[in-house]
Formats: sequence, structure tokens, C-alpha cells
Amino acid sequence: MSAGVGVDLENLWIRFGDFVAVRDANVHIKGGDFFSFLGPSGCGKTTILRAVSGFLEPSEGNVLIGGNNMKGIGPNKRPTALIFQNLALFPLMKVWENITFSMEIAGASARDRRKRADELLDMIALPGQGDKLPSELSGGQRQRVAIARALCAEPDVLLLDEPLSALDLKLRQHMRTELREIQKRVGITFIYITHDQGEALTMSDDIAVMRAGVIDQIADGKTIYNDPATAFAASFVGENNVFRGKVLEVRGDQALIRTNRSGDLLSRISTANQGKMNVGDDAMMFIRPEALSLAPTGTQGDHFVTAKVNHEEFEGNSFNIFMEGDGGKELKVAIPNHGQSFDDHSGQDMTLEYDVNNAVAVPAGELAAE
Amino acid sequence: MPGFLKEFFNRNGTLMGSLMLGLVLFWTVGLIILPQLSMLDFSFRPNLPPPEIGGPKDVYTLENYKYLIYGPEGGSQDYNAVDLKVFFRTLVAAVCVTIFNLILCYPIAYYLGQTKGNHIRVFALMLIIPYWINEILRAFALRIIFGESGVLNTLLVGSGIFDTPFDFIRNDIALYAGLGYAYILLMIFPIYNVIESLDHNQIEAARDLGAPWWRIHKRVVIPYAKPGISSGCTMVFMLSAGALAAPQILGGPSSLWFTQLIYQQFNDNSDWPQGAAYAIVLLVTCILLVLAVMRLFKVNMGDIGK
Repeated sequence: MSAGVGVDLENLWIRFGDFVAVRDANVHIKGGDFFSFLGPSGCGKTTILRAVSGFLEPSEGNVLIGGNNMKGIGPNKRPTALIFQNLALFPLMKVWENITFSMEIAGASARDRRKRADELLDMIALPGQGDKLPSELSGGQRQRVAIARALCAEPDVLLLDEPLSALDLKLRQHMRTELREIQKRVGITFIYITHDQGEALTMSDDIAVMRAGVIDQIADGKTIYNDPATAFAASFVGENNVFRGKVLEVRGDQALIRTNRSGDLLSRISTANQGKMNVGDDAMMFIRPEALSLAPTGTQGDHFVTAKVNHEEFEGNSFNIFMEGDGGKELKVAIPNHGQSFDDHSGQDMTLEYDVNNAVAVPAGELAAE
Repeated sequence: MPGFLKEFFNRNGTLMGSLMLGLVLFWTVGLIILPQLSMLDFSFRPNLPPPEIGGPKDVYTLENYKYLIYGPEGGSQDYNAVDLKVFFRTLVAAVCVTIFNLILCYPIAYYLGQTKGNHIRVFALMLIIPYWINEILRAFALRIIFGESGVLNTLLVGSGIFDTPFDFIRNDIALYAGLGYAYILLMIFPIYNVIESLDHNQIEAARDLGAPWWRIHKRVVIPYAKPGISSGCTMVFMLSAGALAAPQILGGPSSLWFTQLIYQQFNDNSDWPQGAAYAIVLLVTCILLVLAVMRLFKVNMGDIGK
């Protein structure tokens, strides 16, 4: 299997009539990477995948695979293989025929196909299941057959369209690990489409966060989680508390923000926005629930927030406190459970403290829907 | 009482259950099986004037079947060449019409089944509405198109493609067109029904794995559509072999359809036993042919009902 073929999207626009599904996407995917497009449904991520696989011609711009422009090349001629959301196994063919369909098309003998099928069945831990029909397998097994079928075509790039969404939670988590392992073993580029940030974060080398046809940020998972470029990326990936306000003062890579209801708070400016936020701009500041801790009630300062507690809950690994927050959204605090006693504070005011490095400021923008 | 009947009555109640069962039995036994059995009975009896029916001459005989093969006793030929020729020609022509219909209808059914959008409903309506016009009118309309001074000949001669009008009727082209057209819906809709339920991702998956369009059809679409194809082919074949109006109106003067012979026996010769024998031969041959072809293509009886 040829390793390390990269994929580039250059000024990619895809329109359906007046509707712009993808707006000027520029993405460089390194060969051999596990790359995810992460976004809510309808954000255009599947459209991008269809443009890479060749089922859709971009309205403008180019798709390059291994540096070759794919314009005018049909899906059956591209070095890609696509795993469909519903897997699209051929129901009337046996498992081994499904897996080696691409070899059958290429004219390989039944003997060679059978041999290759057995190898792949071993790889996906389904030895001896080749003579079954897809309907006789479980969801997770079918999933693996779909992967084997795509890999059998020896693609340079494997495209996966939310292939785990039909599985139950346990299996989904198991398949994440398995997919990542398969990717490392075969060494080819994986492009993964998902709306599940957990999948994207656990498996990917790099992630592109998409919103309404626009790519908001491309970075590794840690950067996206800790250093989001936009309000959308900050609110879509992981849980986050938002504080709205205006920039009062810029101090190097930090900004003092006059929040609507929590006073003046100091925050780090996200890397992508440094030098771009000016005094008076509308801004949003984000602090994760686990980055907030309790402080003596009434403490004043630029990294203290005081608010009324609405209710509390015990989640096992943490005590969650929900307080009156900004814009009708509750402010969530997660206190790790070390076995300490925890009183009910409902109805009382509480003061929270945070490390300025754990607060991140971005220009005001659209938030992800709950 | 067998278990399934008990369950049937439990589910529908005794009154409704008996009513439904009675109606179905009346339909199958009273309207189909009994008349056909009486036809079968007819076919083994001599053609006698009414007073002699039930008399000493009214005995079971194979004479009517022999007639189809050997012709009238003491005839000039060893075999009934005329009728046998018509019989086999009818079968071959019905097979041809079926194949022609399948080739024509499969792409239409595929397009209708796999394309999304409201225009599909308009297309389907455009296919259905012409069938509100009765069969005789449609057949005569085709005569107007295919006749010697018909629309098609006027166009062909007028544009200089042909020097003289082509006799579409004598060459049976009008007949095949008429038969093909008469049963087009019975071919399209069973195939359309199946293909509509085919997940489009399977077609894309096959394409993605490198298959050119014809292999996608050969390996993915046609195997999936097989029940619809067999159902459509069976109906078109049976109905074309048994058609009467189209051959009567569109057939050339020298080309008889076997059903016309049957009709002549019943109507013109008033020889019901002979007509019944001919009809039974046609029916049994058609059924055997269909079963043989189903076996060849590994189609189950249950698939036809899909």
C-alpha cells in the first residue's frame, strides 16, 4: 500500500443553486495523517468528502490528491475509497465477495480474491466469516467488513463518512481505537467526517472545525480544545462557559474584558486572534467548567467571578455547580471529586477563581447550538 | 383446524374471518378454478350437437389435442403444419416482445426508481394516463401511425429516406410495437418498485470501488431487481402470448396469433372442445416455459409476488 499521499483543497467553493455549501475552503492534509472534518450536521463536511471522492464536482477551486488535480476524474478512477455512513455493503453478496469487489472489477481470479479476503478477514478479526451474508453479521462486524472492502481497493486515501454513528456507545468507543490502529498499520491517509467531537479528538492528527460551509480552524485536537480560534470552535468542541463583553484593555497577549454581568475579567487572547483584538471590540471569553475552582466568597479581582448558584449535581467523578450565567445560559463549574464533603449551595452566591491562562478570548461570534 | 386458520379467525373474529375467507374462496374456486376445470373437461370431449350431449357418443377423447398436432383425420399432411406454426410463432414472438420490453423498460424503471424529485411523479403520470384509453383505441391509433399512408410512412417518404411506403403491418412491426406498448407498465412498475428501494449508496459504493456503469448494473442493480424483472417478464410474456386485440388489429393478413385460432374455434366454428384444447395447450406451455426460465435464472416463486 502506498503510504503518505496528501490531499489539498485549494479555494474550494461548492454551490447548490443559490446555497453555498462550502465557502472557499483551503486545507492541506499531510500524507499518512488521520484528518477529521468536525462540525454540526449541514455544515458542509459531507459535501467536502463527496468532492474529494469525486461524486461531486466543485463549483470553483481544486481538489489535489498526491499533488494531482482531480478535476474531471470520476470516483471510480480516483485513488480514494469511501466508507459510507450506512456502510452500503452489497446485501446479496457474501462477505468475501463484498470485500474483494474492487478486485473482481479489476479482473482478479476467484482464487486470488479468496486469498486476499482471508487475509483481510484476519486483519479485521473476523476469520472464517467470509461465506456469510452481511445480514448475518452484527453491526460492529459489518463495520469492519466495510473497512476491509475499502482497504482491499488499496486506496491512497480512505474517506469515512460518519461510519460509527449507527453503532451503540460502547462499540463506538471500541471502534475508535480500532480505526486508529488500522490507520497506523496501513499508513494511508484517512479523512474522517464526524459531528462527534469525542471521535475527532481521540482519533485525529488534525481537525478542521466547520460551521455553515466555512472552516473555522484547522489544528490538532489539543490546540482546538485549548486555543480555539473562533467563538464557534470554542463552544462546539467540549463544554465551555461563555462571558460576553467588550475589550477594555489589551495587555500584550492578554485582554481585560468588561463582561456584561461578571465585572472586568482578564483573559488570554487566543493565538489566532493576537494583535487582532482592539479596545472597544465585542468579545467573548471562554472558561471550561473544569478550569474554574471555588474561592472565598466575595473575593474581588480580574480572575474572580461571583454568581448565584441555581442547582448542583453529583456526576461521580465531579460535583457540578450550575450558576446564573450570561445570556440565559448557565455557568457550569466542575469540581473534581476527591472524596471531600460537599454542601448544597443552592440559592447562595459563590465566588469562582480561574487561572488567566485557562481563559481564552476571541472576537464575538456565532455560538454552536446546544 | 390448522394453526394458521385458527390464528386467522382469532385475529379477524369469526364473522369477518368467515366473510373474508368465503370471498377469497369464491374468487379462487368459483371464478378461476371451476371454470378452468370445466374448460379442461370440454377439451377432452368431442364436439357434439346439443341433443347428443350426455349420449353414448359423449366420451373422453384425446382427439382435440391430436388435431393440433396431426390435423384433420385423413388430411393431406402428416402434421397440422399451419396451426403448429402459428403456435410456435406466437411463443417465439411473445418471448421477443418480452425481451424487447425488458430492454426498453429497465432503463426507464431505473431512472424513475433512482431519481429524486417531483418530476418523477409527472413522468409516472405520463406513463399511466395513456392507459385510460382503451386497448382497441390504442391499437387503432398505432394503425394510423404504422399504416401504409400513415404518419410514419408519410414522414419517411416525405423526407426521402424511403422511396416507397414500408409495410409495417405486413412485416409485423406494428404488431410488435402494439404488443410491446400494451404491456409496458406491467414491466416498468414491478422493476421500478424494487429499484426504488435500492439504496443509492450501493451504486455509489460500487462506483467508488472502480466499477464502470455496466458492471454496477450487472453486479449490483440487476441482482437486486431480479424479483421485479421476473415479475414483469412473466406478466408481459403471459399477456402477450394470450393477447387478442393487438394481433387482431395490428397483425398482418397472413400472420395469425394463436389466440386468434382459439377465438376462431370458439366463435366461428362453435367448436368449444377444440378451442378449449388449444387454450389449455397454450396455458400449460406458457406456464412450463415460465417455470423453466425461472429455474434457469434461480428465481423463486415468492420473488414474483414481490
